[in-house]
Amino acid sequence: MKEFIYLDNAATTRVDKEVYEAMHPYFEESYGNPASVYTFAGEINKEVDRARKTVADFIGATSEEIYFTGGGSESDNWALKGAALANRSKGNHIITSKIEHHAILHTCEFLEKNGYEITYVDVDENGVVKLDELEAAIKPETILISVMFANNEIGTIEPVKKIGEIAKKHGVLFHTDAVQAYGHVPVNVDEMNIDMLSASGHKLGGPKGIGIMYIRKNVKITPLIHGGAQEKNRRAGTHNTPGIIGFAKATELAERKMRERMAYETKLRDYLISRVENEIPYTKVNGHRTERLSNNANFSFRFIEGESLLLMLDRNGICASSGSACTSGSLDPSHVLLAIGLPHEIAHGSLRLTLSDENTEEEINFVVDKLKEIVERLRSMSPLYEDFVKSNKN
Amino acid sequence: MSQVTEYSEKVMDHFTNPRNVGEIENPSGVGTVGNAKCGDIMRMYIDVDENGIITEAKFKTFGCGAAVATSSMATELVKGKTIQEALEVTNRAVMEALGGLPPVKVHCSLLAEEAIHAALWDYAEKNNIKIEGLKPPVKDIDETEEFYEMGEEA
Repeated sequence: MKEFIYLDNAATTRVDKEVYEAMHPYFEESYGNPASVYTFAGEINKEVDRARKTVADFIGATSEEIYFTGGGSESDNWALKGAALANRSKGNHIITSKIEHHAILHTCEFLEKNGYEITYVDVDENGVVKLDELEAAIKPETILISVMFANNEIGTIEPVKKIGEIAKKHGVLFHTDAVQAYGHVPVNVDEMNIDMLSASGHKLGGPKGIGIMYIRKNVKITPLIHGGAQEKNRRAGTHNTPGIIGFAKATELAERKMRERMAYETKLRDYLISRVENEIPYTKVNGHRTERLSNNANFSFRFIEGESLLLMLDRNGICASSGSACTSGSLDPSHVLLAIGLPHEIAHGSLRLTLSDENTEEEINFVVDKLKEIVERLRSMSPLYEDFVKSNKN
Repeated sequence: MSQVTEYSEKVMDHFTNPRNVGEIENPSGVGTVGNAKCGDIMRMYIDVDENGIITEAKFKTFGCGAAVATSSMATELVKGKTIQEALEVTNRAVMEALGGLPPVKVHCSLLAEEAIHAALWDYAEKNNIKIEGLKPPVKDIDETEEFYEMGEEA
C-alpha cells in the first residue's frame, strides 16, 4: 500500500503525468512571452490559441469566448464584480444560492457593502436549489443569477439547465461556478443557457494557479485585472503559458476519460457509502443520492466532532476533509451543511471523502475499517454519546 | 480547524493517548461545560477524599484535537491536588503544560478551566460547602435532541 491514502480530490488533485510533460517545454525551451513580436513568441502564442480552442470545444463555446485567469476564485470574482459594474445602469440585484463557494459568497458580501442587493436562495435537504424560490426572486432590477454547477462539499449537482432556462426567460445573465464540475460531468454552455462559467485547472489533474472564464459573446463585463492588452483587453497579465498548456491538456484527458472515470468512481463511491451506512450507526449521508459528483461522499457522524476525526484519520495515513468549524477560526460549521438543515452539532461531525480514479477498492476497505474504529473510539469519549446511551436505557 | 502541524507534540500526545478518559460512578463532583453548537463539550468527574484532596479525575469530551488534549491535561493537573490548588489550575497553566496551543484553540483551554470549576462547584453543592473564589458554572449545553430518525444500530 502507498504511504498515504488520498481522499481529498475536491481540495486538489495530483497533476497528471501527461499534463506535466506537456507543460515542461514551456518552462525550459518555449519560455517566450506569447505577446511579443518575434517568431519565437509567435509560435507560443499559436499554442495558447490551440489550448483555448480545446477548452472552447469541450464546453460547446467558441475560442473568442474563453479567457484564461489565475484560477476559480478569480473567475468567480470577475463574473460577479465585472457583471455588476457593467450592468449597473440596468439594476443592482443579484440572485445566488446559500451553498455557494466562499469565492461567490464573500464577493456577494463585498457587493452588498457597495450598493448591490443580493438574494440568497434556499436549497432543499439534498442541497438542490429551490427553483420556484429562485424564479420568484427575479425583479426588474435583477441583472445576474449565479448558481454553482456542483457543490464542493456535498457533491450535489444543481439543475443548471433549468436555471439557465429561467434566466433566459427573464432576460437575466446566468453565471455558474463549475470549479467542481468542469472535467467531471458533461457541460454545454448553449444547451444549458450559461452566459458565464468559472473553472479551475487543479481540480481535474491540471496545475494550480490557472483557471478559465467562459463569457458568452455580447455579455457586458468590466475587467477585474487592469494592465496590458492580453485576453482582448479584458484580463491583463502575462500569459501563464505552462499553466494554459497544462489546463488544455487536463481538459483533453478529462474529455477522453470522462465516461470511464465517472463509471469507475460512481461504483467505488456507492460501495464506500453503502459500507459506511451499513456498518457505522447514527450516520447520515449528506447530499443528493444520485444527482451527485461521481467522486464525492459526505457523511455526518453523530456525537463526534470533525477535526478530531480528521486528526485520527491522518494518524492512519488517510487524507480527508470536514465541514466542522472552518479554517477561518469561526465557531460555525459549514454553511452548506447548515443550509441543508443539519443542526450545528451534527454539522460539526461531518466528513468529506472525495475520490479519484487512482483509488482502489482495497483502499476504500482500509478506510472504512479505520473509520469504524475511530468513530467508535471518539464516541466512547463523547459526553453526548454517553447521555444518548443513558437516556435510551431509561 | 487547525492543521496537525500547528499542534505541539504534547498536544498530539494527549490527543492520541488521552489520560483519564471515562466516567466515575457516584463521583464527588461532576460538571459539564461548553456548547455543542460551537463544537465543544467537556464533562469532568472528580473524586475528593475526606482531606479535601482530589484523588481521581476523569473526563469525556466532544470536540476538536485541542479540546481533547486540554481535557486530558486538566485531569492530570488536578489529580492529587487540594481544592484550593485545583482552583489555581488556570487555562494558562493547561496551555503551558501542553507546550502551547494554536491561537484559534485558546478557547479550549478556557473550557478546560471551566470544566474543573464546574466539577468543583458540584462537589461544593453536594457537600454544602463554600469554596472561596469559585463562581457557579455557566450552563449553555444545547443539543438538538431528535433531529432525524437514526434508525436501528447496524
